[in-house]
Amino acid sequence: MAEKKSTRQAYGEYLVKLGEKNQNLVVLDADLSGATKTNIFKKACPERHFNVGIAEANLMGMSAGLATAGKIPFASTFAIFGAGRAYEIIRNSICYPKLNVKIALTHSGISVGEDGGSHQSIEDIALMRVIPNMTVLSPADAIETEKMMDAAIAIDGPVYIRLGRSDVPILFDEDYQFELGKAGLLKSGEDVTVIATGMMVGPALEAAELLKAEGISARVLNMGSIKPIDVNAIEDAAINTGAIVTAEEHSIIGGLGGAVAEVLGDVAPVPLERVGVKDLFGQSGKVAPLMEKYGLTAKDIVAAAKKAIARK
Amino acid sequence: MAILEETVREIRKDIVKMIGKAASGHPGGSLSSAEILTLLYFEQMNVDENNPRKEDRDRFVLSKGHAAPVLYATLAAKGFFPRTELENLRQLGSMLQGHPDMNKVPGVDMSTGSLGQGISVAAGMALAGKMDNKSHKIYALLGDGELQEGLVWEAAMAASHYQLNNLIAFVDNNNLQIDGAICEVMSPFPIDAKFEAFGWNVITVEDGHDFDELRTAVEAAKKSEDKPTVIICKTVKGKCVSFMENNAGWHGKGPNAEEVKQALAELEA
Repeated sequence: MAEKKSTRQAYGEYLVKLGEKNQNLVVLDADLSGATKTNIFKKACPERHFNVGIAEANLMGMSAGLATAGKIPFASTFAIFGAGRAYEIIRNSICYPKLNVKIALTHSGISVGEDGGSHQSIEDIALMRVIPNMTVLSPADAIETEKMMDAAIAIDGPVYIRLGRSDVPILFDEDYQFELGKAGLLKSGEDVTVIATGMMVGPALEAAELLKAEGISARVLNMGSIKPIDVNAIEDAAINTGAIVTAEEHSIIGGLGGAVAEVLGDVAPVPLERVGVKDLFGQSGKVAPLMEKYGLTAKDIVAAAKKAIARK
Repeated sequence: MAILEETVREIRKDIVKMIGKAASGHPGGSLSSAEILTLLYFEQMNVDENNPRKEDRDRFVLSKGHAAPVLYATLAAKGFFPRTELENLRQLGSMLQGHPDMNKVPGVDMSTGSLGQGISVAAGMALAGKMDNKSHKIYALLGDGELQEGLVWEAAMAASHYQLNNLIAFVDNNNLQIDGAICEVMSPFPIDAKFEAFGWNVITVEDGHDFDELRTAVEAAKKSEDKPTVIICKTVKGKCVSFMENNAGWHGKGPNAEEVKQALAELEA
């Protein structure tokens, strides 16, 4: 059994290291520092951590102001409040002027669990990736979270990092290289390509094993960089495997599935099946049964792969 | 003093001319805040038109971003860019967008236009100044209608919590917003008591077109020890153009050629 860690935990821990290297890094939170794990940074570096209270719009506005003065703010709250409530502040005060703010939102997707549909953000990828000047990153595990934070701080402009609440297996080792705009080839295959992001990368790998047992060869791509997206990898998958499945813990509208559909429409239309939340709100429950209920398991990816192949 | 009066008169003329040329824009709230910007840029603020982004400069955030014409006219008068550029207001390809863009216009410290956001950004700028022990000030200009935005009060709470005495906000209290009188649309009154309750140092300027009164207020604000300051300026929307004064209809409308002529005649009188 692989070691497990949530991406929010990795985020909080790695902030401390990044903050040691970069004195301009500041962290802002909106009364959720225990849950977003920025309290780990607060403990290490209290003079560079600001809790703005339950005021997500002001969280983003003040982050923008700090950025104009050369600070590199990491603004954190839950995805639903950051990408949702504060959307237009991110749009107009951060992205429009292209300010150097990193928006790291936790508790994305239905794996929030018991808090239920009001707190489960299934729209944030769509909301963030549609904004010009924004970069959108969705790490699959703790290691990729760290690598993406390094990539984010190297970008002079806004970046959204999508983080999760629940523990997920650590898939990569310290040597893992994340490259902005590049998909990671996790498994070669010829019959179908599964393009996954975030916590669905694990199930995608599992699905490839299940498919293999049935004689189906599946390529698996990790699409951590959702914007910019790896057009070449998608095109190559379309041409050389002829069928695509996307897997994300997000609405099938506007997220990874939407982004891949846009690319396929542009460069190489082939059958596409989107595994994700099907235009529904989530609900309370434990994570595993929720993932089953909403069709976000390896078995769902297997079924989608077969369907995509049948449509060739 | 006479120089300020002469400068603000030229700024008003430029506001009318550029909005007339563009045939769209916001004259009312630009004219009502002309003295505030003139005093700041020509007397109070440490800025350098030859080095618009110098690090220790005072910052100005036009939170009521639709009053872009008064900011553009002031920056041009100060020499940040040629006055001839004002003719391109709101035109395709122009640096003078309908609302200020910090990446296009030399001297604009923050892109604004969506109400309520500028004051929040200004609070972030002030916090950065505090972190770095800088002595520069952050000025912001809010509309009175803008106070209806909830974000203004989130920012007000934070500015006082972090004791941002380097933040000085003006409220252009001209009593009108696009749909009519602010007290009829959604009253923000009492403005002074609200800011007081949020922990701010509050100064009221009875005549927001009087440089002496404005100067006294700014100098007092600079001395605030541990609180942000709001200077509530009672102003006249459309000030100095008779047919625009106190008329909400001139919130966001460009004057035609005849109206421009009349306005300029009044301003030159």
